[in-house]
Amino acid sequence: MAWHRKILRVNLTQGTCTAEPLNMEWAQQYLGQRGLATKYFCEEVDPKVDPLSPENKLIYATGPLTGTMASTGGRYSVVTKGALTGAIACSNSGGYFGAELRFAGWDMIIFEGRSPQPVYLHIEDDKAELLPAENFIWGKSVWDTEALIKQRHQDPLMRVSCIGKAGENGVLFAAIVNDLHRAAGRSGVGAVMGSKNLKAVAVRGTKGVGNIHDPKAFFAAVNAAKKVLHDNPVTGQGLPKYGTQVLMNVINEIGASPTRNHRDVQFEGASKISAEAMHEKRPTDGKTHLVTNQACFGCTIACGRISRIDETHFSVRTSPQYWGANGGLEYEAAWAFGNANGVDDLEALQFCNLLCNEHGIDPISMGATVGAVMELYEIGALSKEEIGFEAPFGSAEALIKLVKMTAEGEGFGKIVGLGSKRLTEKYGHPELSMSVKGQEFPAYDGRALQGMGLEYATSNRGACHLRGYMVASEVLGIPYKTDPQATEGKPELLKAFQDATAVVDSSGLCVFTTFAWGLPDIQAQIQAACEGDWSLEKLNLVGERIWNLEREFNLKAGFTAKDDTLPPRLLKEGCKTGPQKGAVSRIDIMMPKYYEVRGWDANGVPTPETRARLGL
Amino acid sequence: MLKSLYINPEKCTGCLQCEMACSYEHEGVFNISKSRIKVFDFHHEGRKVPYTCTQCAEAWCLHACPVEAIRLDADTGAKMVYDNICVGCKVCTIACPFGTINYNGDTGKVMKCDLCGGDPACANACPTGAITYVDANWTGLDKMRMWAHKTDTQPRA
Ligand code: SF4
Ligand code: SF4
Repeated sequence: MAWHRKILRVNLTQGTCTAEPLNMEWAQQYLGQRGLATKYFCEEVDPKVDPLSPENKLIYATGPLTGTMASTGGRYSVVTKGALTGAIACSNSGGYFGAELRFAGWDMIIFEGRSPQPVYLHIEDDKAELLPAENFIWGKSVWDTEALIKQRHQDPLMRVSCIGKAGENGVLFAAIVNDLHRAAGRSGVGAVMGSKNLKAVAVRGTKGVGNIHDPKAFFAAVNAAKKVLHDNPVTGQGLPKYGTQVLMNVINEIGASPTRNHRDVQFEGASKISAEAMHEKRPTDGKTHLVTNQACFGCTIACGRISRIDETHFSVRTSPQYWGANGGLEYEAAWAFGNANGVDDLEALQFCNLLCNEHGIDPISMGATVGAVMELYEIGALSKEEIGFEAPFGSAEALIKLVKMTAEGEGFGKIVGLGSKRLTEKYGHPELSMSVKGQEFPAYDGRALQGMGLEYATSNRGACHLRGYMVASEVLGIPYKTDPQATEGKPELLKAFQDATAVVDSSGLCVFTTFAWGLPDIQAQIQAACEGDWSLEKLNLVGERIWNLEREFNLKAGFTAKDDTLPPRLLKEGCKTGPQKGAVSRIDIMMPKYYEVRGWDANGVPTPETRARLGL
Repeated sequence: MLKSLYINPEKCTGCLQCEMACSYEHEGVFNISKSRIKVFDFHHEGRKVPYTCTQCAEAWCLHACPVEAIRLDADTGAKMVYDNICVGCKVCTIACPFGTINYNGDTGKVMKCDLCGGDPACANACPTGAITYVDANWTGLDKMRMWAHKTDTQPRA
C-alpha cells in the first residue's frame, strides 16, 4: 500500500499537533506529494487568500515512493499559495529530509494558522510537538539552525528543513532548505513559512517504510529502472560527472542562454563558469573548484555538486566559515548569478550560491532580480544613490552586495527582496521584469526554444523549467528531437510533458530520472509499491487531473488567460546572436492549440466536459 | 573461497541504497536506522565513508559474549548473532573496538553484519561499486593493480 495513511495536522495558532487518517479516496486520484497535497490545499484554502496571512496553509508532502529503494525516492514537496506569485506553489526538494519524514511514519504535514511566537516542529516517530524557537534558532542561518537543533536534541541523525533569515525577513522568494543545501526553492514558500512564525521542522524516524504492496515485483522494477539510469549517457555519466551544469555550454552554443536580463541569448563568459571549468585546477591554489558529486537519498544518479570555494577570493578571504567543501553550483544557480548578470567569476557565483543556502533564498529569482536591477541601473532608472553603489552588468562586487543586503533585509535589499516584478514596477519599467505570473525565468530562453516559451507562459506556478522540460526534446532529443523554432506539435508535446511531470512530482521520485526513464519505467515501480490500479492510462489521467486542479485554483485566485503570456521583450525583441538569431516567441500561434488540446475554452477555462472527464 | 566486503569510500555518493538494502534484508522494511552498515558524511571535507563490521578473525564481540550467542559461520566467515540465545546484555557492543555491533531497542537483541549468508545486499545495491564482495585474501588486489599500472620500469628513450 506504500502510503502510511497518516498525516499530521499542525495548528500553529493553537499550538496543537493532531494525527489524521490520509484520505485514501484522494490518494487513489492524486497519488501523493504534489498531486495529493494540492488536492488537500484546494479543498481547505480559499484561492483568494493573502499568501502571507494565517488563512494560507503550508503543506509538506511525500510521495508513496519516498523512503523506498526506488532510485531518487527521497523527495518531498511544499505546497502553498506562493508569496511571490499569488498562484499555487509547489516546490520540490531532495536531500534526506523527505525520507526521514516517511521513516517517522507520516505521509504529510499540514500547517495552518500562525503561531503567536516563533516555533519549530519536532517529530520523533509518532510524537510531534511545537517547541519555542525564540532565543534559540529564530534569527539564525539555515546552517546554524540545523547544528543547534541537533545539539539541543543530542541527535546527530536528525534531519532538518528550515528557513533562514530571508524567510523571517519576508523576502518574497525565500526558500525552505533541508540538509544544508537542498531546497524547496521557488515561489516564496519560505516567506509563507516565515509569516507563520515557523522556523524549522526537525525529524527523526525509526519506523521505516515497509508496506510495499508487492515486494517481489517492486524489487524487479526498481532494479530494472536502476539499470536504465546506469546505462543512459545522461544519467549514467553526464549528470554524475558534470551535474546539471553540463548544460551551461550546450545551451549557450545553441543561443538559448538568457544573458543580461534577456537582452542577449549568448554569454561570452559561459565557458568560464561551466561544468568543465569546475573540473579545472585553479591557478591560485592548484585545487579544482569541484570536490565531488553527491546523491540525494536513494539516488543512483548523484548529480549534486560539492565544491570548495577559493579561499583567496575577495568574497571569502576573511570569512573562514565559507571555506571547506559545501553545496556547489548547479546549472540554474550558475546561470542566475552568472549569465543573467553578465558575471563570469565562478568563485563569486559560488559565494552567492552559499549565501542563498545559508540564508534560505531561491537563487534563480535572486539572480534574475539582480539582473533587473542592473538593467534599471544601466538605463538610468535606478541611481547609484538609491542602490548605494554602482551596479553595472558584469560587476561581481555589486552582485554579491545585493545578495547579502537581500538576505539581511538591509536598505535597498528590502526592495530587491520583493522580486523583479514589484521592483521594476516601482521604478516605472514593469516590462523589464523577466517573469511570468510574478516568478522569474530560469536558464533557458523562451524565444530561442519555442516549446519552453509556451511552457513558461502556461506553467501553473509562474516561470519555471520543471513543469514540462521541453529542453529535453528541443535541445537534447529526449524522447525525440524537435526543431527549437517549430511551433507545430509543441502544444501536444508540452501537454504530455506537463502531465507526466505532475505524476513524477507526486510519486516521491526526482524529475531528473526522466532523462532516461519513460513513464512505463516509473509506472512499474508505482504499481508494485501501491495498491489499486496504476496503469499508464490512469497515471496519465492523474497527471492531467493535477494540472487542471492547479489551473482551477489559479483561475479562482484571479488569474486569467491574459496571464498566460511572456514579457514583451520575448515577444518583440528577436534573439540577437546565435543559431536562433531573429527569433521571437510565437506563443500567439501555439496558445489556442494548447487550450484546445487541454480541453479548455478560448479563455483558458477547463470546459465542463474536461472537468467531468477528469472527475473535478 | 572466503570473501569479504571491500569498501572504497572514494566512490561513495551517499545515496544510502546500501543502508536501505541492509534494513530490508534483515527487517523487511526500508529503515536506515536498522541498517548494519552506516554511511558517514564528513561534509566539510566532501567525503562519505561507508562503515561496517570487518568480521575480525579473532572477534572481540564473539569472545566477549557470556552466553555464546555470537558464533562463526564457517561458510562465510561471518560472526553471527543468534537472536534466540542473545540476552541483550550489550557486552559485545562495549568489546567491539569499531562500534559495528549495536543494540536494537525494538528486539532487545544486538545486531551486526552477517554478510547476508554470502550474498550481501549492500554490495548488490550499491550503484557506484563503493562496496564490493571480494576474495578475502586479496582485498588489496585492485589497489595493487592500480599501483602496478603506475609503475614505470622501462628505460626512457
Ligand atoms: S538526480 Fe540529482 S537532484 Fe535528483 S535525486 Fe539524484 S542527486 Fe538529487
Ligand atoms: S550504496 Fe554505495 S554509493 Fe550509495 S551510500 Fe552505500 S556505499 Fe555509498
